[in-house]
Amino acid sequence: MTQAPILEIRGLSKAFGPVKALSDVHFELRRGEIHALCGENGAGKSTLMNMIAGVLQPDEGDMLIDGERVSIPTPAAAQRLGIALVHQEIALCQDATVAENIYMAAINSRRAPLMDFQKLYADAQKVMDLLAPIPVRIRVADLSISNQQLVEIAKALTLDCKVLMLDEPTAALTESEAQRLFSIVRGLKERGISVVYISHRMAEIFSLCDRVTVFRDGRYVATDPVAAVSPDDVVRKMVGREITQLYPDKLATKEPGRLLLSVEGLSDGHRFAEVDLQLRAGEILGIGGLIGAGRSEIAQTICGLRSMTAGNVALDGKQLRPRGYGDAVKAGLVYLSEDRKGSGVFLDLPIAANISALDLARLTGPLGLLDRKAEDRQARELTGRLGVRMAGIEAAVSTLSGGNQQKVAIAKQLSVNPKVIIMDEPTRGIDVGAKVEIHRLLRQLAESGVGVVVISSELPELIGLCDRVMVVREGRIAGELGAGELGEEAIIMLASGVQDSSIQRRTQNVA
Amino acid sequence: MHAEIKAAGAVRRINFARLASLREAGLIVIILALCIAMSFASPHFLTWGNFRAMLMSFSIEGIVVVGMTILLIVGGIDLSVGSVVCFSMVVSGALFLAGLDPWTASLVGIGVSALIGAAMGFFVTVVGLNHFITSLAAMVIVRGMCLVVTKGTPLSLFTLPPSFKAIGQGSFNNIPYVILIFVVVVAIFDFLLRRATAFRKVFYTGSNEKAAQFSGIRTKQVKFWVTVLCSTLAGLAGVIYMARFGAATPTFGAGMELNIIAAAVIGGASLNGGSGTVFGAILGMALLSVVTSSLILLDISVYWQDMIKGCILLAAVSIDHFLHRKKS
Repeated sequence: MTQAPILEIRGLSKAFGPVKALSDVHFELRRGEIHALCGENGAGKSTLMNMIAGVLQPDEGDMLIDGERVSIPTPAAAQRLGIALVHQEIALCQDATVAENIYMAAINSRRAPLMDFQKLYADAQKVMDLLAPIPVRIRVADLSISNQQLVEIAKALTLDCKVLMLDEPTAALTESEAQRLFSIVRGLKERGISVVYISHRMAEIFSLCDRVTVFRDGRYVATDPVAAVSPDDVVRKMVGREITQLYPDKLATKEPGRLLLSVEGLSDGHRFAEVDLQLRAGEILGIGGLIGAGRSEIAQTICGLRSMTAGNVALDGKQLRPRGYGDAVKAGLVYLSEDRKGSGVFLDLPIAANISALDLARLTGPLGLLDRKAEDRQARELTGRLGVRMAGIEAAVSTLSGGNQQKVAIAKQLSVNPKVIIMDEPTRGIDVGAKVEIHRLLRQLAESGVGVVVISSELPELIGLCDRVMVVREGRIAGELGAGELGEEAIIMLASGVQDSSIQRRTQNVA
Repeated sequence: MHAEIKAAGAVRRINFARLASLREAGLIVIILALCIAMSFASPHFLTWGNFRAMLMSFSIEGIVVVGMTILLIVGGIDLSVGSVVCFSMVVSGALFLAGLDPWTASLVGIGVSALIGAAMGFFVTVVGLNHFITSLAAMVIVRGMCLVVTKGTPLSLFTLPPSFKAIGQGSFNNIPYVILIFVVVVAIFDFLLRRATAFRKVFYTGSNEKAAQFSGIRTKQVKFWVTVLCSTLAGLAGVIYMARFGAATPTFGAGMELNIIAAAVIGGASLNGGSGTVFGAILGMALLSVVTSSLILLDISVYWQDMIKGCILLAAVSIDHFLHRKKS
């Protein structure tokens, strides 16, 4: 271990406008090690990966490969240096075949004018079979999300890389697929390839990795051999304080409130079936599960954004049969989309116009004209209550930080004084400060009698915030965990369908 | 009239209020500068006669620009407006020649235009095609319908009663009716676009259709009715043209759509939807008209006109792109 590390990061900083994503971070990757990078969402892990992969450029600091200072201006430059990144988000050409996607980088650098498709298919199948028997001649769009994730990983394997970076590769994988991935990663290590492994799952990190580096709020915290620390230590370093302080107090009384939302036998004939759900006043109900399990679809169907084939929804004791989302809103049921920029806010429009979008009728006078004064009053009141930091209510939402954009999206939901609010990933991609504020707000809402449902992929959020968690697996309710039963292990086991202890059992009380 | 519209521009707040009014102020400055320069270059420029001619020339097209701007805001586009203008004219003309009174014939012409819009709206919202392709097909089909109705020859309508011709040719206190109609249409839609709830939904839909749906807005309905509105206004323009020319030519209006889209875009409408103002689009139209008039008065060959107009469009869009990039 006297030779220089294969990859070293020294004093790297990066800011996006006023937001410091990374400040003065360090990272060291030794030859042939699997190195876990941990941190909460927004800690700067993905930003660092993107800089190493040439997608983003650092503002300050050095990157060294084999002890030599390098600059990595483009993803192609990173490839030439032997660095491959598997993104957390799937970035495949949906209309191309699996084989074409796997060899995209290679095809791009080919000099010959014509393609040898037979060879392409044969080679691609060989690589693919290492992970899973996915036929390589079919279109990527026809694959499930977890299979697409495997294609993404296969793509990285074809590059002759020295450094492989995996950004939450198992987020969408089943347990057996994940196990196969682990054995491949171990095989790569044997061949001397160094792996950076980003994951939230402590069990994976402790069974697979050699060392672990923790980032918090864009800063470097520590690097330790996994043998020298416990999962609790790592979590504590990630959060930087006792985790109980991060979340508001839970429901005080055990007495269940009034039944606010009741769903029975809900099916859409496609993504999910026979979903039952009950929400009582005063509680925050969490919905967990893997990405693609059908959580968002269930929520959207309850709200009339998608059509149902069977089932009953009752809101506050009244049957609800929305023909569209507008009907659900009128009845007092609102949905906060998980995709803030794609479907949560109107980026180019002013804050005031964003907040009023959900209930224009109330702001409309008898002649069909909008009452601009009432609109402004409402915007000022709600942005004040939620503490939105902004230049003014006429500023475009695109000028706000992610956390404040999310507050505007929530203000929109609150503008109708809802009875039940379903929030899909309410704190995805926002900084810790705004996250705490949003969690407090949700608890306040619940205490004031509003029914709150939180869909989240972040286990600490489900455990820390919710009074009760339902887990969805492949379109069905896999189980429900009450206050006493909440834990990462329990949720993961329900979500992945593994009942025995093929995941290494390390009891960790994060809650 | 100008003061009134300018005042309306000053209180406009939705959608990058400052940027929009900045752009409108910029356009006014450019138009005024051109007018001042031209008044030195040609003694005929700063005369009521020339201004009247310029206003006349863009007033009728201006009605179509209003519809196009609203359609661009919702994220659509309509290449068929030139054909629809012509078809409205031809259908009304043919019905008049068949013995119908010209007012009823005109209403039928406008109604048929609305139906063409409804058909396009159906293909866009129910079948799921995009506006560009749908309206491209409509442009060709409707042009073909013009030729079928007229058998390819212009309809001579000199028998139109004077009371009807007055719409296109008469004036009130020396102000042509054409200009009055134009001002009324612009004032109504500029006001509605700023104040009416129904038109606010147009901005939501165009800015982010998914987010609009997630706000309970029936975006397909919004798109459908805006498509119908655009074609209806084109139909209205068609019958005014008929009154003005006293004839209906089956090839009239070919290429008009490009001029109209250019005017709306110069005036600040984005092809990505979500932004645009009626007042800005009319200023865009005015700029193109002043340029055309200047080129004629300066005795520059008509062959240069399209080239210069194209360059103005490119410059306007480039500046816009630059400003937007600066902002983000």
